[in-house]
Amino acid sequence: MNGVEQRTVGEIGRRLDALIGAGPGVGDAGEMLLLGEEILEHWVRARGQEPTAGEREGFRLLALHRQGADKDPSFNACRETCRELAYHYNLLVQQPDHEAALQRARMMALVANHLYLFISGKMESEQLGEFCCSSRPLRERVDSETPAQ
Amino acid sequence: MSDKKSKYQEVAYYPGCALEGTGHAYNRSTKALGKALGLKLKEVENWNCCGAMEVKNIDPKLQTYLSSRVMSIAANKMKMDVVMAPCNGCYHNLKRAEYDLEKDPQSRDVVDRLSQKAGHETYRAGQVETIHALDWIKDAIGEEGLRARVKNSLEGIRIANYYGCMYTRPRHIFPEKDKGPASESTSKPHFMDDLLEAAGAENVDFPLKTACCGGAHTLSDSDTSTRLVANILMAAEAAGAEVIATECPTCHSGLEMHQIRAEKSLGIKTSVKIIYFTQLLGMAMGLKPKAVGLHENVSDSFAFVKQKGLG
Repeated sequence: MNGVEQRTVGEIGRRLDALIGAGPGVGDAGEMLLLGEEILEHWVRARGQEPTAGEREGFRLLALHRQGADKDPSFNACRETCRELAYHYNLLVQQPDHEAALQRARMMALVANHLYLFISGKMESEQLGEFCCSSRPLRERVDSETPAQ
Repeated sequence: MSDKKSKYQEVAYYPGCALEGTGHAYNRSTKALGKALGLKLKEVENWNCCGAMEVKNIDPKLQTYLSSRVMSIAANKMKMDVVMAPCNGCYHNLKRAEYDLEKDPQSRDVVDRLSQKAGHETYRAGQVETIHALDWIKDAIGEEGLRARVKNSLEGIRIANYYGCMYTRPRHIFPEKDKGPASESTSKPHFMDDLLEAAGAENVDFPLKTACCGGAHTLSDSDTSTRLVANILMAAEAAGAEVIATECPTCHSGLEMHQIRAEKSLGIKTSVKIIYFTQLLGMAMGLKPKAVGLHENVSDSFAFVKQKGLG
């Protein structure tokens, strides 16, 4: 958070709602990426870890996602959402004057919102994403508790 | 004729539970499309549930057994080489069972014991190849084959292709994917895009094509599912789509039902149509909307398809 007080999960959601409602601009790309990082920080902290300051492929967002998915493959259900967020950030920063820039900014806000909705939902219901992804943590728990047959 | 093209002309068909219930339109349209394309489906005899999520979460090895029984019947009783499962959940679970039986001796022991108890031959990894309906059409007919058969072009229809999460995750159970441009991609799947484009549709750039819709929590945590779906629908519309094409009955039902719920509970109204890719391709092949089960969808797309010249 670079010394800035961290927003709560609710505040992140309200900020995204406001951005989507107002129609984000190209200049909002950095904040939308940061909102993605912040919700990932909440997830990592909720699992009892300190959010990494590192980067993957030039993005802290991707490093945080990787940290959040460690030993929890179901968290990979938001892997592509994170990558799309990084991709849209790149589009906006590298082609700010592109004719589709405003459309891209709107799409980036909706992608960031999906990341927020998935993670905030998963913080309420741990198994969100388990159907679609690997339920290995659950399986390992079941296997270790099942008496030998 | 390529190996796959020839192999997929006749496949064992595993509809699964959803296609006999909420996803019946997908069942009807898959069969109708196959027939229109000259492909043959032989339904797996006396098939059972794949284990879905409920069984998997109680005892994953029981789910492996249940999926293995379907493959055993196809391989040992029906002597088929390929099982085609249109439902992402079934497809995912059969692929997972295949992976477990190949890699995990304990799974093999449990499956063998239960198969003997149930009185059928034990399924051995590699006896059949499990494919999705997208693989089936893509490899048995292909884009060129579809283009040559189009009677009602999908030209002028802007589509967001939504694959959901189970079609590509986890990557390790899909060893045939990510093998170059001709294979399916787990990060950016494109088979549905390719097929619909061949039928004349215009695909929009849709960044949430594999995003979670909260499908498994649609009853236990409806609000989360509604919010996730509403965001997917809004993103599709923002991308310019008039239609979201689906290839999974769970995703499809979730999108349709939460589209209604989002309007009622969140005040978010979206008008994007939700239509199975088999329905779209079927209509492109000249089938009537009812023949592909459009009347069985929750959302009403009749006026839309008529306006587009498909009705």
